[in-house]
Amino acid sequence: MNLPPDARLTLDTLGRRCPAPIIELARHIGDVEPGEVVAVLSDDAAAALDVPAWCELRGQQYLGAEQRPVGTAYFVRRVQGA
Amino acid sequence: MGSALDLGPNGPGEPVGTPGNGAYFDAASTEPLHPVARATLLAALDDGWADPARLYRDARRARMRLDAAREIVAEVLAVGPADVSFPASGTQALQLGIAGCLKGRARVGSHLVTSAVEHSAVLHAAAAHEAAGGSVDLVGVDRAGRVDSAAFAGALRPDTALACLQSANHEVGTLQPVDEVAAAATAAGVPLLVDAAQSLGRVPVPPGWSVLTASAHKWGGPPGVGVLAVRREARWRSPLPLGEREGGRAPGFENVPSIAAAAAALAAVTADAAAEAARLAALVERIRDVAATVPDVVVHGPSDPGQRLPHLVTFSCLYLDGESLVRELDRAGFAVNSGSSCTADTLRPSHVLEAMGVLSHGNVRVSLPRGTAQGAVERFLAVLPTVVADLRGAAGVAGL
Repeated sequence: MNLPPDARLTLDTLGRRCPAPIIELARHIGDVEPGEVVAVLSDDAAAALDVPAWCELRGQQYLGAEQRPVGTAYFVRRVQGA
Repeated sequence: MGSALDLGPNGPGEPVGTPGNGAYFDAASTEPLHPVARATLLAALDDGWADPARLYRDARRARMRLDAAREIVAEVLAVGPADVSFPASGTQALQLGIAGCLKGRARVGSHLVTSAVEHSAVLHAAAAHEAAGGSVDLVGVDRAGRVDSAAFAGALRPDTALACLQSANHEVGTLQPVDEVAAAATAAGVPLLVDAAQSLGRVPVPPGWSVLTASAHKWGGPPGVGVLAVRREARWRSPLPLGEREGGRAPGFENVPSIAAAAAALAAVTADAAAEAARLAALVERIRDVAATVPDVVVHGPSDPGQRLPHLVTFSCLYLDGESLVRELDRAGFAVNSGSSCTADTLRPSHVLEAMGVLSHGNVRVSLPRGTAQGAVERFLAVLPTVVADLRGAAGVAGL
């Protein structure tokens, strides 16, 4: 997987503690079409665990993470029917 | 011993811990004082107060208390009494054990191997060793929290001074492959320190260690008593200035009454350990089964009961933070702990859950003290789904 994927939507959760980043992700994954990518921007270390764990629970596709000047971007592809 | 733990801090007949229909489920933090420990402590305060190093009658009585305690602990650990000393806590036992092994083997090298899921006292000791110029390898775990014994063996080097491994994990209850790691350490000529704080008095002590540490308040003894057992082949050398007490392995005047109480409790719980472990394991299975039926709750640790402690279970509740869960369960009367740390003061997730790579927030650790009644567990399981649903409702995350 080449990072960063072309994210249709970026959710800025900088400064917010877990589980806020994945709550935002859950609220907004439906805002993109299946096959499109949501990026969650977070500076909470727990997001590195929670975003992949959420994807597994919800059947979404976790693509990976990339360091940003502030925080880390976590990429999730919306899966059809999930 | 079912009713024994009804002898709580409030006196005979009062339930331990929380009032009403609640229960204390945080034995992994500390076990309520065992009735045998309480009785022994009171007796030893009267006849074990004198300096056990002196030669008059009161001193001899204190010495007899101390010697008897040491013999009990030594017998449980299958070592000689001279190998056992009593530092002031499990943490101090770890600090002395690790630093003393590293000092004694400094000629061999300064490499330390331990796991990524040890108690913070071990990880802090490792960090201090690294800061002082030593090298450290942290071996990872699988998603169930079990240390990779092959990777651990592979990390041992000719200049490895010490290997250090917990008998069981304090946050998720996973039993570690101590026998396999001990075999590898023996083959490599490296002493193995086993942190048995969570398992001593619960499950048999794994063989093959050179140094073993434990903490009395985890098995129903009083606070203020650690165990440091050192076999000769460890080549342990005290990291402290010369001391006359405890064979020079632990500093200061011995806390004889508490040590006597701790040993008495250890004898009592060890005698009962197998039966009580089987009984609590069934309750833990019940908690695991019910927790797994709550929507979006992930139960951690190995599914095989033979691979984990009999009394401990941890699960994570999606979208919730551990602190709210602990507070809300406390309001319902249940004392549990959370390994997650979505709080302002600690911004890292639990290092154990991080190493396992599992959902880190909304974490609840239930650890059953000896004597926990099935009814208390059933009452907890009756409120758990409601607490989770109410918290999700209040947070506006229901149905997400």
